[in-house]
Amino acid sequence: MLLFWEILGVSIVLATAQRFWITLRQWMRHMWPIFTAAILLIGVWDVITLGFHLLPLPYFPGPAAVLRSLISDRALLLDSTWHSLALLLSGYTLGVIVGLVSGVCIGWSTSVRYWGMPLLKVVGPIPATAWIPLAMVVSPSGIVSAAGLIALAVWFPVTMLTASGISNTRASYLDVARTLGAGRTYLIFRVAIPAAVPNIFIGLFMGLGASFLTLVVAESVGVKSGLGWYVSWAQGWAEYGKVYAALVIMAVFFSTVMTLLFKLRDRVLVWQKGTIKW
Amino acid sequence: MVMTNVAAASALRVHNLRKSFEVPDAPGTTRLVLDAISFSIAAGELVSLVGPSGCGKSTLLRLIAGLDVPDAGELMVGEQRIVGPSAERGLVFQDPNLFPWLTVRRNIEAGLVARGVLHEKRHEVDDFMRLVGLEAFASAYPHHLSGGMSQRVALARALINHPKVLLLDEPLGALDAFTRMRMQDEVLRLWENRRTTMLLVTHDIDEAIYMSDRILIMTPAPGRIDREIDIDLARPRDRTSDSFLRFRSEILEHLHFAGKTAA
Repeated sequence: MLLFWEILGVSIVLATAQRFWITLRQWMRHMWPIFTAAILLIGVWDVITLGFHLLPLPYFPGPAAVLRSLISDRALLLDSTWHSLALLLSGYTLGVIVGLVSGVCIGWSTSVRYWGMPLLKVVGPIPATAWIPLAMVVSPSGIVSAAGLIALAVWFPVTMLTASGISNTRASYLDVARTLGAGRTYLIFRVAIPAAVPNIFIGLFMGLGASFLTLVVAESVGVKSGLGWYVSWAQGWAEYGKVYAALVIMAVFFSTVMTLLFKLRDRVLVWQKGTIKW
Repeated sequence: MVMTNVAAASALRVHNLRKSFEVPDAPGTTRLVLDAISFSIAAGELVSLVGPSGCGKSTLLRLIAGLDVPDAGELMVGEQRIVGPSAERGLVFQDPNLFPWLTVRRNIEAGLVARGVLHEKRHEVDDFMRLVGLEAFASAYPHHLSGGMSQRVALARALINHPKVLLLDEPLGALDAFTRMRMQDEVLRLWENRRTTMLLVTHDIDEAIYMSDRILIMTPAPGRIDREIDIDLARPRDRTSDSFLRFRSEILEHLHFAGKTAA
């Protein structure tokens, strides 16, 4: 019932607001089929769980139960989201910085490439989560080892794509720059790296996906906080409403982070025509 | 002593140049691309290098630019030996090769940034944008520009370094016929305005006659300079005049294309 009133309330507010706000109206005109489908889907979910009891409890609570968990446990969910965000950002940032540096070195210098590439090819494809046993032994705290694992997961695709972008810089750009009086610093930082940026962003996206996975796994086995921890903790108490509530938060959280990276990409790559849509 | 005087008068001097490349399919064997190339260009002169494709024109230009190293021979700009690429020898390719991540203005500035003199010479950027008529496109990115406009940016980018020699490797080769003729006038205007020594590689004989003071004709396998022709016509030149056409048939004859009919 709560859910019904909420949907009705939001609908009334939106319907009133759109009369005065043109951008909102255009957005709604574009989005209404999606909203209708979403509401219908929630309705179907409600009917098969609460209405006909087709799915076994407690594993499949109805939408209202999930919403109730979201609201009643909001303090802990917010705290978990905050911890996940902090861990994700620290691990991702570290991985990106190290990945960019190693990628540029491998892509530019043939001797670094000779020694670095085999290491990258052998160590890189190992899923970061496979290092968890080792990380638990080596690192003083769960948080530090989890950040390290996320960094490792991000490092591989960022390094790989950066290196290939740098080494595939069009030779004629470098030739032109040389005849304009460019030295090595200019060639690396003002020609090769900008030319590699489209590639680098592919690495950043792949790394972001890998970091989500590693974050959730690391949190559910070692770290005592965050959304991954929350899911396994709620499952331990068989509170599946809370499990789904955490999944809803993850969906919003991860897709927001992904959207922000796309926004950054669109801003940095204004010079490129025809970019991939998100 | 006479020799040094001659060298001082010429902006660019090439003596007995030879270059061979390894054949990719057969390691260990080499193919002679350029042999016994000798010529010199006086300061302020506009010289064209004409020849069929594969005669080594572009290779010769890359050697002069310092992007490749010759097997033997001497390359001098003024009194200095060419040992590598330098801002004193600008190069413009058929593909403008503008940096797509930089706006028109930043592309033109690139040489100043590369040499670390942007701060002192920033005022020149506007002059050069005006010179090639692109003030209105200062903040546009290269993918918004037409072929002719891109090539004008490429010319401004090379000229802002005040090169002693500007090397042009078929710079108008990718343009349509009308844009091309307009750009020939544009390049001539830049040349008259700045009096930069220019070496233009082209396979368009009309373009060479229309633009240059002197034409060097190259023949392939291995590339040699076969003949020099002084074009002593007053500018602006008439592409349909008798004397123009006489030069044309003389060059075609030399390259064995004249008077041939389909067998």
